[in-house]
Amino acid sequence: MRGRRKNYASRRSEGLAGYVFLSPWLIGLMTITAFPMLLSLYLSFTNYDVLSSWEFVEWVGFDNYKKIFTADPTFWQSVRVTLTFGLIAIPLKLAASLGVALLLNRERRGVGLFRGMFYLPSLLGGSVALALVWVAMFNGEGAFNAGLSLFGIEGNNWINDPDWALATLMVLTIWQFGAPMVIFLAGLKQVPTELYEAAQVDGASKRRQFFHITLPMLSPVIFFNLLLETINGFQGFTSAFVISNGTGGPLGSTKLYTLHIYDKAFTDFQMGYASALAWIFLAAIGLITIVFFSTGKFWVHYSDGEN
Amino acid sequence: MARVRGWVRVLALLGVLAIVLYPLIWVLGSSLKSPTEVSSNLSIWPQELTWSNYADGWSYIPGVSFGRFFGNSILISLATVVANAASCLVTAYAFARLRFWGRKGYFALMIATLLLPGHVLIVPQYVMFSEFGWIDTPLPLILPKLLATEAFFIFLMVQFMRGIPRELDDAAKIDGCDPYRTFWHVILPLSRPALITTAIFSFIWTWNDFFTQLVYLPSVPSYTVPVALRLFIDSSGQTSIGPMLAMSVLSLLPVFLFFLGFQRFLVQGINTSGLKG
Repeated sequence: MRGRRKNYASRRSEGLAGYVFLSPWLIGLMTITAFPMLLSLYLSFTNYDVLSSWEFVEWVGFDNYKKIFTADPTFWQSVRVTLTFGLIAIPLKLAASLGVALLLNRERRGVGLFRGMFYLPSLLGGSVALALVWVAMFNGEGAFNAGLSLFGIEGNNWINDPDWALATLMVLTIWQFGAPMVIFLAGLKQVPTELYEAAQVDGASKRRQFFHITLPMLSPVIFFNLLLETINGFQGFTSAFVISNGTGGPLGSTKLYTLHIYDKAFTDFQMGYASALAWIFLAAIGLITIVFFSTGKFWVHYSDGEN
Repeated sequence: MARVRGWVRVLALLGVLAIVLYPLIWVLGSSLKSPTEVSSNLSIWPQELTWSNYADGWSYIPGVSFGRFFGNSILISLATVVANAASCLVTAYAFARLRFWGRKGYFALMIATLLLPGHVLIVPQYVMFSEFGWIDTPLPLILPKLLATEAFFIFLMVQFMRGIPRELDDAAKIDGCDPYRTFWHVILPLSRPALITTAIFSFIWTWNDFFTQLVYLPSVPSYTVPVALRLFIDSSGQTSIGPMLAMSVLSLLPVFLFFLGFQRFLVQGINTSGLKG
């Protein structure tokens, strides 16, 4: 009886301690995340700009949303650019990371060194400095064209060419394949070698082994990397902003969706309108996540029968 | 045959490595080249070392030197490191070890905030912080971190703490430790590797961060290094490319040193939580 009461008391004090330790996060959740989200939802139905006082805020209903879909060509342009970027750069980045991970997986000596050096661009690549390096390398008089001229090819000014500016951004993104590669490498280590041995005994070719053992066993990691890279990829901002000098140009060819939000919020100070843009963005990301998780069960293979 | 394959593999890896490292070595070499050489000379090594790029870059922005921008960046990055490490550690302890009402729900919420794009929150947060009068101060960049807003690090630490044997907690409990003392005497000392990983990633992310610093720090004296670097683009005449690359090299240097010193922790960090660089 006494023991049980003591147990109950310690449970209660543990519950209390839980909330004590959780309190910074809980306060943060409410003030830094939940409240701003509600505020943003409210603002998206107003004409709020941060410059004039709150008394002049007017409820405008769905006007912002209506305007975005019907009277904002830049919105559609930015959706086009973001989708083009995502649909090309993300698969290529994942393919590169998987390819190099497969090459590295067999090599025993120097794996750590290679892995580290391939990972380095992922640490540096998102910075302003690297965007500036890209400008210096891919402008008309940059190193890339100097390299092309060795082969007698005259390159153009890649960064100022509306047909090519986005491609240089994609190259910068794909260059950072090291982070998903490290995750792939860890995943490859988890594949039981007996499976390959058994396949070899059965006379399966390397190709068949790849498609029937490696890929299925790796599918949870592929799923994880795909989800992570997609969500991160759609949020890219720095490189596009710096390389285009904040314009998303030339001719809107690098106007990622995030640049459009930034423009509306911090250049035009149309906070209400920008909030509406942000909520559409959130809905799109949410939709993509749901699609990933609901299609995942058809192609993601869990070996130990969980899920 | 297998031998030949092995060599092909190594050659392929070396080829990829050359492409991957070329831009980094190129920027280092080019930061020491004279203006005419940057574009014409493809070689990595400069014909003659032009150290003046560094001096010119350092004082490129009239009135404020890069020393100031580096100071601002260091202050914000170090404060973020401390705030993130402390707040995420206590939060992770609650999730990983304590039983309390609603834990599973809160944990799911925490994971959901991982996927929440920062661009959705920036507008209302800006409105909020400007009402507080915090624009052009480091406060909006630092104070939220005290409230464990970086869910990535919470997740990383929860994963790490799940690997600490529970017997240690139980032993402490039998010795009369309450949850607070268990945290202080058992979990905190054992969480050092996770704390180091969090500290390194916090530093690198904050050091590289551009978007929030651009938004919250509008006046030149409060600029951080990334925001200041951007000014080189406004006048992208060939003459300023040398100083621009010189300052880029300086800004990449701390991240590179962290990489050299803590590579093991970085790779472990991504493996336990799928963190991105």
